[in-house]
Amino acid sequence: MKDFLLIYRADYTTYPDPKKSPEEMQALVQKWMNWVAGIAAQEKLVDRGNRLVRSGKVLKSSGSASDGPYTEIKESIMGYSIIKATSLDEASKLAEGCPILLYDGSVEVREINAI
Amino acid sequence: MQEHELIPHLFRTEYSKIIAVLCNSFDLRHLEVAEDIASETFLKAAEIWGIKGVPENPTAWLYTVAKNKVRDYFKHNSVIERQFREAMKSGDTGIELDFEFSHQNIADSQLAMIFSVCNPENSTDSQICLALQILCGFSVEEIAGAFLTNPETIKKRLHRARTNLRNGNFRIKALGDIEIKDRSDNVLRTLYLLFNEGYFSKTNDQSIRKDLCSEAIRLASILTENVLTDTPQVNALLALMYFQSSRFDARTNDKGEMVLLEDQDKSLWDQALVERGNHYLVNAYEGKEVSRYHLEAAIAYWHTTPTGENKWQHILQLYNQLIIIEYSPVTALNRAFAFAKVYGFEKGIEETEKLNLCDNSHYYSLLGYLYAGVDIARAIGFYEKAIALTKSRVEIETLGREVKRLKL
Repeated sequence: MKDFLLIYRADYTTYPDPKKSPEEMQALVQKWMNWVAGIAAQEKLVDRGNRLVRSGKVLKSSGSASDGPYTEIKESIMGYSIIKATSLDEASKLAEGCPILLYDGSVEVREINAI
Repeated sequence: MQEHELIPHLFRTEYSKIIAVLCNSFDLRHLEVAEDIASETFLKAAEIWGIKGVPENPTAWLYTVAKNKVRDYFKHNSVIERQFREAMKSGDTGIELDFEFSHQNIADSQLAMIFSVCNPENSTDSQICLALQILCGFSVEEIAGAFLTNPETIKKRLHRARTNLRNGNFRIKALGDIEIKDRSDNVLRTLYLLFNEGYFSKTNDQSIRKDLCSEAIRLASILTENVLTDTPQVNALLALMYFQSSRFDARTNDKGEMVLLEDQDKSLWDQALVERGNHYLVNAYEGKEVSRYHLEAAIAYWHTTPTGENKWQHILQLYNQLIIIEYSPVTALNRAFAFAKVYGFEKGIEETEKLNLCDNSHYYSLLGYLYAGVDIARAIGFYEKAIALTKSRVEIETLGREVKRLKL
């Protein structure tokens, strides 16, 4: 078994805002829980991971720091989890059904190369 | 209470208390001595009470006799006495002859014993055996009966565990918050498993099963009586135990077959025990912490409520949290069942088949149950796989009945 990092990306402007619609948010939380727990039920969840706070800064080699990351690219990293699988294909299969895909987002699946 | 019932009853309640107080007063290395003294005390009670009748306060009588026997023991055993004197001289007052069977001392001593017995150096099975012998006064034969194994195996297991116990002396008085916190997880786990050993026991002997469950409840209750150990987790564990116990009589029918939770006659649920469960569940949620016992107790609570529109949604969300905290095949299967209840059997089948627990009889019986309305031939196939995998007579009979019903 190898560990894989799942990186969830989406556009903040189309993703449900907790302040605007609590009901939609609750339904979304339920979807995430069902999906993550479904992976845990197969004994393949290593770390459920976390969400990221919306605001951040991006430092560049030029020395500039911009508020970001969403000012320059449409999709931002919303959160991450770590799962385990025997292959990249199996890991990608587990990533299917991720609720972020319902909001035009994406999941990047990357094998962790442990140091 | 009838006189002939009195001594066995007192034995259950007082034997372990006497041992706990003696061990706590003069060091755990003398466990065998404490057990001898407690046994002799009951032997003497049987003799004297038979002739002179039962004294007015039998418990106090037992404590006085035990105390005198301790004095005699130290007077007549010069080796121990020399050790005792040397210990006194070196200022290491590990041995205290001046002790009382006060309510406080009994409570403290029993608590210390619980923490000593639940020593992570021993395997969990050994901890449970040891708990049954030292904390609950079970005989080797009774323990072997509960584990469906022979007394020799139990004796060996106990011997190893007792050696470790002697080496790891543990006194509650000398302990602070940190030491108790360090071992609390293990204590709770052992009590949880002790309860499960009774609730899901391999043995069909109902009285042994009930004894194990009520002993687990008694020991967990001792933890709630001390401020240091009265944590939200203990309260959650107790709530879980009471909710489960309330369904003890409803979950098997008069033929000894298992009855699914939903098919149980709810009038057989013990309402007083449900109330106790509610009480401890409220206490458990006073803190912010949510442990696996909180989640399991909350699930057990929802099962006591009538089926409303959101009941299974709540249960599913709790199982989701539980499986993320700690994986177990049982939790995975229960979660899949709840999933089917919320999203329909078709989605439930999908969710269950992902689990791929090919050596688990419950996996196949759940698939059989979910397929029964969709594809009878496959349902029967799954039930038959479950029957081939299980060793439990009750399960074979219950599933066999289901297959017969489907074949009609």
